Amino acid sequence: MKTLILAFVLLGAAPAAFACESVSVGGITVQQPWSRVSIGTQRPGVLYLTIRNDGPADDALTAVSTPAAETPMLHETVVSDGIASMPHVMQVPVPAGETVELRPGGYHGMLMGLTGPLEEGATFPVTLTFATAGEITIPVQVLSMRAEGPECDDGQ
Amino acid sequence: MSLRKVQIVLWAAVAVALLGYLGLTIKARDGEPVTDATFQPVFALADAEGRTRTVEEFRGQYLLVFFGFTNCPDVCPTTLSEVAQVMDDLGGDAARVQPLFISIDPERDRRLGLAEFTTAFHPSILGLAGTVQETRAAAESFKIFFERNDDAAAPDGYSMSHSPALYLIGPEGNWIKQFTYGTPAAEILADLESRL
Ligand SMILES: [Cu+2]
Repeated sequence: MKTLILAFVLLGAAPAAFACESVSVGGITVQQPWSRVSIGTQRPGVLYLTIRNDGPADDALTAVSTPAAETPMLHETVVSDGIASMPHVMQVPVPAGETVELRPGGYHGMLMGLTGPLEEGATFPVTLTFATAGEITIPVQVLSMRAEGPECDDGQ
Repeated sequence: MSLRKVQIVLWAAVAVALLGYLGLTIKARDGEPVTDATFQPVFALADAEGRTRTVEEFRGQYLLVFFGFTNCPDVCPTTLSEVAQVMDDLGGDAARVQPLFISIDPERDRRLGLAEFTTAFHPSILGLAGTVQETRAAAESFKIFFERNDDAAAPDGYSMSHSPALYLIGPEGNWIKQFTYGTPAAEILADLESRL
C-alpha cells in the first residue's frame, strides 16, 4: 500500500512525463539519456543513460562523441574509503543479458569543453561507440539542475 | 579446583575482556562516523563577496556542510540537489538551518563564480572559498580529506578527490553526524525535523 501511495506521489510530482528516447542497434538498446543544465560553458557537463544488452555476447561502450562538447569522455565516480574520485575509464562493459546505467555517482559521460550552454528543455545528440554493436546516435534531454533522472511514460 | 587455578582463570578472563575492549576501540577509530566524540569544527573562509565568514556567526543555527568543487558535474550536483530539496521541505524551519558549500578548489572556483553555482541549486546555500591554507585548515578541523590529483585528461590538467559526505553541525557548534553520499533528501529532512 505504501508503495502504491508513493507511486501516486511520484506520478503527481513528475514534470511533464514524456516518452523517453530509446534506440537499438543489434542487441544493444540505449535509453533514457539525459543531461543537466549547465552554467555557461566553463564547467564540464554530464551525460547519463541506460544501456541494455539483449544480445548473446558481451559488448562494451568504448567512446562517446557529441557536437555539444569538444572533449567528451567516459568517467566513473568511485567512492572508496570515504573518498570520492572520478577517474577516466577506457570502456564501460555491457555484459550479455545485463543492463548498465550511467547514473549519478557511477559511470557518466563527462562533457568537457562545452561548445554552448546546455539549456533546460533542449536536446543535443550524442553518438556512442560500442566495441561490437558499433555506433548509436541518440538525442539527449537537458533536465533541470536538481533533476535526478528523466520521468518516462513507458517506465522502462 | 585449587585457588591458584581459579586465579589463572580469572586473570585469563580479564585479559580477554581487555583485548576485546582494545579491539572495539580500534574498530571505533577505523569506522568512519565519530558520532559520540563531539568536537567543534572551525573555519574562517571568504564568501563570494570576499567577506570572511567564521563558524561563530552561525551559532544558534544548524549547519549542513558540504566540501566540493564547482567543476564537479556528478557528485556535487547530486548532493547539493538533496540539500536544496531539504531546504524547500523545511518550510518555516528553514531559517534554523544554514547550508554551506566549502570549496576545496578555491582559486578556480572563485574564477568560475561561486555564487552562481550555489544559487543554481538553492538561494540559501552559502558558498565559501578561502585561501589554500585556510581551506586545508577547515578540512582538518572537520576531519575530512581532499586532494588534488594531476590528470592530463581533466579540465585544467587536474581533478579533485574528496570526502563526499554532508556534515551536520549543531547550534552550539558541535559536530553531530555525517550523512554519507547518496543519503536521500527525505532522510536528511526527517533527521533535521527531529532536532528542530
Ligand atoms: Cu567526471
